[in-house]
Amino acid sequence: MNTDRSERSNGSTVVLENVTVRYGSHQALRSVSVAFPEGATGLLGPNGAGKSTLIKALLGLLRPADGVMRVLGRDVAEAPLAIRAHVGYMPENDTHIPGMNAVSFVAYCGELCGLPPADAMQRAHEVLFYVGLGEARYRNVETYSTGMKQRIKLAQALVHDPDLLLLDEPTNGMDPKGRDEMLALIRDVADRMSVILSSHVLPDVEAACDHVVVLHKGVVATHGPIAALKGDSARVFELRVKGDEKRFIEALREVGIESHDESGDVMRVFVPAGRPAQVLFEVAARHGVQVRHFRASVPSLEDVFARALGD
Amino acid sequence: MPIHDQGYRRYAGARLLRARSWSVIARAGIIARLRERRFLALLLVAWLLFVVRAVQIYFGTTFARAAFFAPSEETFHGFLTQQRLFVFFITIYAGAGLIASDRQANALQLYLSKPITRHDYIVGKLATLAAFLIAVTWVPAMMLLMLQVLFSGSLEFVSTHPRLVPAITITAALQVALASMMMLALSSLSRSRRFAAMLYALVTIFAGTIERVLQTATGAAGWVLLSPQNTLLVITDALFGIEPEIPVTIALIAIVTLMAVCVAVLERRVRAVDVVA
Repeated sequence: MNTDRSERSNGSTVVLENVTVRYGSHQALRSVSVAFPEGATGLLGPNGAGKSTLIKALLGLLRPADGVMRVLGRDVAEAPLAIRAHVGYMPENDTHIPGMNAVSFVAYCGELCGLPPADAMQRAHEVLFYVGLGEARYRNVETYSTGMKQRIKLAQALVHDPDLLLLDEPTNGMDPKGRDEMLALIRDVADRMSVILSSHVLPDVEAACDHVVVLHKGVVATHGPIAALKGDSARVFELRVKGDEKRFIEALREVGIESHDESGDVMRVFVPAGRPAQVLFEVAARHGVQVRHFRASVPSLEDVFARALGD
Repeated sequence: MPIHDQGYRRYAGARLLRARSWSVIARAGIIARLRERRFLALLLVAWLLFVVRAVQIYFGTTFARAAFFAPSEETFHGFLTQQRLFVFFITIYAGAGLIASDRQANALQLYLSKPITRHDYIVGKLATLAAFLIAVTWVPAMMLLMLQVLFSGSLEFVSTHPRLVPAITITAALQVALASMMMLALSSLSRSRRFAAMLYALVTIFAGTIERVLQTATGAAGWVLLSPQNTLLVITDALFGIEPEIPVTIALIAIVTLMAVCVAVLERRVRAVDVVA
């Protein structure tokens, strides 16, 4: 594959066209069409949205009932092994090869990806130092803490130097310091290869990715560059009202303004571009609602997520 | 300050063909077992019978007064039949955890996310166990034959018993294939190597006992089909020119059917994603 970027469709590392994946009668992905650009892309969605299913389908571990998937310019249905040779996968759950120490485990994974034994061992040492496990590389993986297990899963995904890294909930179970270090590693590798980061932790995706694809109930709710999706910073407002809050929210929706509860009695309101914030006060006055708190806010990925999911 | 660059470095070396994936798995499995002293001890014990038979062949071929020790086809038939005990123990020791332990550690999705197929994985695991079983069946049996040639100083014994080499090879191959496939299929059914070992012991010992009891009670030889090991013995008898208890074709069909069932179980159980519809 040799990272020939010109081979890829429109500069995208992954392209899905009308992909449907079923578990029996349940549709986990419903006619999904989306392209993942080069660089770091977050795959967001609540539990059960289809994120892990999508990743497993990209690896050829699940066969779609319908649709076409192209990874690094190749059709997954036709060349799953060639694709896997250039893709690193960090699974969500705890996983290791029993009875091996870290360096043997990572070298073994390298050999399975086609690296000669000597090269695989050298790469294993390199990537273990890179992910911060250099001092613990001769310890049995089964004795590792949760954070260390996350790191070694990243190491085994990197050992063969993939062109695309698929990370499924990489910060699960990590303490704040470990999480920050993991995100720093992801940002660092994203400069050298494409990364798809599947997570339901929005700050993680916001910290590590430039683009985002939001899945909800097996369909793409929204996708694009995070900055573009966030929109103009002046268009998001924090609001606290006194009165019939439900009726107020419905009235806002009727005039094309979306809102969602932030925490407690504060709501976040998205005013479409070209409309003044004054409209909020007009609607409030019309429905006898008092505005007790009003402040312009900075749009976040949570806003994008909430709007996409229609909360 | 680091004394060398510990940042991410790209790999510019060679990448080998996928065709050797199964051998990577097999090699890792064999090395892991050979690092265990208890397993090495078991392998050594499995060769004790070879030493006894070698001494027997030495005296039988060297001293005229010990001619009753001289090897015959029955010597090799008996040796392979007796080695079934060690095939049983080695199969349980080296085979029970081959897939069960991987399932327990969620390693299947890790394996199958690499550029290997399910068949590579299964063949690699089969080869791990088969290597040890060959080392205690075919290898010592053929070495006994070579010792006979060395001690007697002629190829006369081999030339007067032309079916011996194929009989040893086919018997050992069937023993190894049946034990490996049964153990691997049973190992794929569980996440516990102990449970897989118990299942194998149950199939091997319990079925054999039931078969003997029923055969004694009814006098019908057909009950032999209840026990995979004894069914295999029917084929072994035929290969060494001994009159089998039941028609060898029926025994062969039973063994092939059992192997097909094992393949079907492996095909169903070795998956990166468990789909519960």
